[in-house]
Amino acid sequence: MSTDIRIKKGLDIKLIGEAKQITTALPISSIYAIKPENFHGIIPKLLAKEKSEVKAGEALFFSKADDRVLFPSPVSGEVVEVVRGAKRKILEIKILADKSQQYQDFGKKDITNLSADEIKKHLLSSGCWPFIKRRPYDIIAKPDDTPKAIFVSAYASAPLAADYNYVLKGKEAELQVALMALAKLTTGKVHVSANSNSPFANLKGIEFHTVSGPHPAGNVSTQIAKIDPINKGEVVWVVSPQDLVIIGELLLTGKFNAQRIVALTGAQFNSPNYVSVLPGMKIKDIVADNLKNENNRIISGNVLTGNKVEEEGFLGYYDNQITAIPEGDDYELFGWLVPVFNKISTSRALIFSWLFPNKKYNLNTNMNGEHRAFVVTGAYEEVFPLEIYPMQLLKACLYYDLDEMEALGAYEVAPEDFALTEFICTSKQPHQQIIREGLDLMIEEIG
Amino acid sequence: MGLKQNLHNLKEKYKGTKMAPAFGALHTFLYTPNETTYSGTHVKSADDLKRTMNIVIMALIPTLIFGMFNAGYQHYLALGEIEAVSSGFFSSEFWAWSNFIIGFIKILPLIIISYGVGLGIEFIFATIKGHEVEEGYLVTGMLVPLIVPIDTPLWMLAVAVAFGVVIGKEVFGGTGMNILNPALTIRAFLFFAYPTWMSGDKVWVHGAVERAGTPDAISGETILGGLAQGNDALIDGANNLWNAFYGFIPGSVGETSTVLILLGALFLIFTKIGSWRIMLSSIIGALVMGFIFNSVVDAGIITSGSKFYGLMSLDFWQHLMIGGFAFGIVYMATDPVTGSQTNRGKWIYGFLIGFFSILIRVFNPAYPEGVMLAILLMNVFAPTIDHYVVQSNVKKRLKRLKAKTA
Repeated sequence: MSTDIRIKKGLDIKLIGEAKQITTALPISSIYAIKPENFHGIIPKLLAKEKSEVKAGEALFFSKADDRVLFPSPVSGEVVEVVRGAKRKILEIKILADKSQQYQDFGKKDITNLSADEIKKHLLSSGCWPFIKRRPYDIIAKPDDTPKAIFVSAYASAPLAADYNYVLKGKEAELQVALMALAKLTTGKVHVSANSNSPFANLKGIEFHTVSGPHPAGNVSTQIAKIDPINKGEVVWVVSPQDLVIIGELLLTGKFNAQRIVALTGAQFNSPNYVSVLPGMKIKDIVADNLKNENNRIISGNVLTGNKVEEEGFLGYYDNQITAIPEGDDYELFGWLVPVFNKISTSRALIFSWLFPNKKYNLNTNMNGEHRAFVVTGAYEEVFPLEIYPMQLLKACLYYDLDEMEALGAYEVAPEDFALTEFICTSKQPHQQIIREGLDLMIEEIG
Repeated sequence: MGLKQNLHNLKEKYKGTKMAPAFGALHTFLYTPNETTYSGTHVKSADDLKRTMNIVIMALIPTLIFGMFNAGYQHYLALGEIEAVSSGFFSSEFWAWSNFIIGFIKILPLIIISYGVGLGIEFIFATIKGHEVEEGYLVTGMLVPLIVPIDTPLWMLAVAVAFGVVIGKEVFGGTGMNILNPALTIRAFLFFAYPTWMSGDKVWVHGAVERAGTPDAISGETILGGLAQGNDALIDGANNLWNAFYGFIPGSVGETSTVLILLGALFLIFTKIGSWRIMLSSIIGALVMGFIFNSVVDAGIITSGSKFYGLMSLDFWQHLMIGGFAFGIVYMATDPVTGSQTNRGKWIYGFLIGFFSILIRVFNPAYPEGVMLAILLMNVFAPTIDHYVVQSNVKKRLKRLKAKTA
């Protein structure tokens, strides 16, 4: 039964610098890096030694909690350096890429003949497992779980997000195979939500839902809540569409090809467009001469949930977007008093964004105020479509009340669901961090 | 560069010292800080707490200015030196400089004491505890002079402000943590500690207290005070009603003009800073209670001999225009920290404030205005209301689980 998902509560943050639908395939650059911190909650155990050669798809490390979960190298080359931080924590595994890429051969599979266990084993050994995330807690799925359903959101509503209909064009075969494989892993259904002209619309073996509305309509939690909400004790899995393509290609060709189309967006790009690259690529090699020569904030991901990276840093493992916006490290005279025309707000407190609903803004990274205690009430609810009391849940996380977190719906949320409330927060509280720490505490205490 | 750079250098110099919070409070007043986002969302909306609080202050300014004119107007009117207003809201008898000067001289010290003492305490606490000075007091400091009688001695106000800020707010952890509305805590302290200065027919008009007992004695009774004595002369007739609506009546400094409070309310609702749910449901609550009392009178249960007759028989809608009711529900019931925090809770909370305001107003013989006590009472119960509202959400979730496993 397909559901028509329509969201009213939310906020589209319209920014300058939408990517033009032109894709450039960038050549293999020299250094790639995989950062274990991209995989939340995973403690890495190294498999690849420094100076050893790896092929694309060969495991670099595995999870300490479960040695079946392997994390592959996106490129073939030589492991040149394992960068460690305090207490010898592994920060980066750097790989010097070969000029011509060697792929580990995992063998073509005809999934119609494979059992669920065989598919699981195949995804685990080929390093595709980390693409599967689970709810509750928004972490990498546990291989022993059987989810009640699997959700794919192919509707990107985040600011300047890559257009899935564009980046998935022509990938129907890979998507179909991947979805058929995943369907065997769940007792329930595979739900895909997108708009009606998505490449998913005609695929078989899935429940297709149409989505419309402002951000966070594209957040998978929003869709889960409308389709089949998570109850205590239930597990669902979540996979992003571009990772499905990688899984599909693995099943069809036996190769782990992590190539993905990444949107370069934001006001600081001279020509925002799409590039085809491998994850872990050096930011500098991707953005090249495309950036304005100013004080830029480069974000691997979108402005709401992405991570700050330097030009010497690397593209995040899951990210399909790089955003560059101006830094806002300057003072503003009477910034709290004067009428504001160049920033966004949901209030009308002499901020006039309500007058220009279609204007595109050039927002910078200024906090626009200082951190304060929670004061204003009723504002979060305007941008929060889940049937959850956002401030009460945040406070429960802050005072570590596990029972209350559970009762208020912590199983149903991911940090990204609190990005908009964080954006509009008058008190500038770090909502996503609070939720992440709350969920981590639940993992530790409840599991 | 200039000022901006110099201040930036000073900020760097004070960083980590005891001086940092106090300096920061002054610095950020002048310049929005250069802080950038570090994790989570990389962009932020334009609102901050200073802006939010400033919107409320802007909504209060008309009532403050009106209060200054009204102070002089009531003074000269009681002395018999001027005629009563005759031509509506913009009557020249009211908007005269001589009126304004009296009010300005009397009210400015109230504002200075209120802000001086209150912010002083906030700065001290911030410095001791090493956190930023939060903006909550900016609104409280403006509310306090507006809700006290004009001749309140300054030392009394200072004591009350110190009490209200320390006991009403800081002991709970400062802005955002308090249970009772600080401005009303200050007023309640004044009311219970110095009752003779807070009610009666001598305190509402400048000069009445000091002239009491002399041949020049003047007085000015509030409409509520009159009605509590069974005297409805002050509200009877269309002219008196309009005066009450415009605010040309004795009362606390800034709460008399219903029309300007209404404008302030519309501004707060439009900017989405004030909760329309609380304001609207308070009005509904007050009308319901007023209507019940009217019905009781109509049914002949209370007769004109009763001491409650005066207030009970007042037409229910007229309750909205007299006393501090309008001011209370627009500027103080809507305080997000001490009010209900859930949208559904706000309806209940507001309704009960309106309901109890009129109830207390009618039945409290000592003090004919109920909105202060009604708001303080509901402040205490707001967390309970929220608890039940949130529990209904929790129950819904449990029910979903049960339906699934059954």
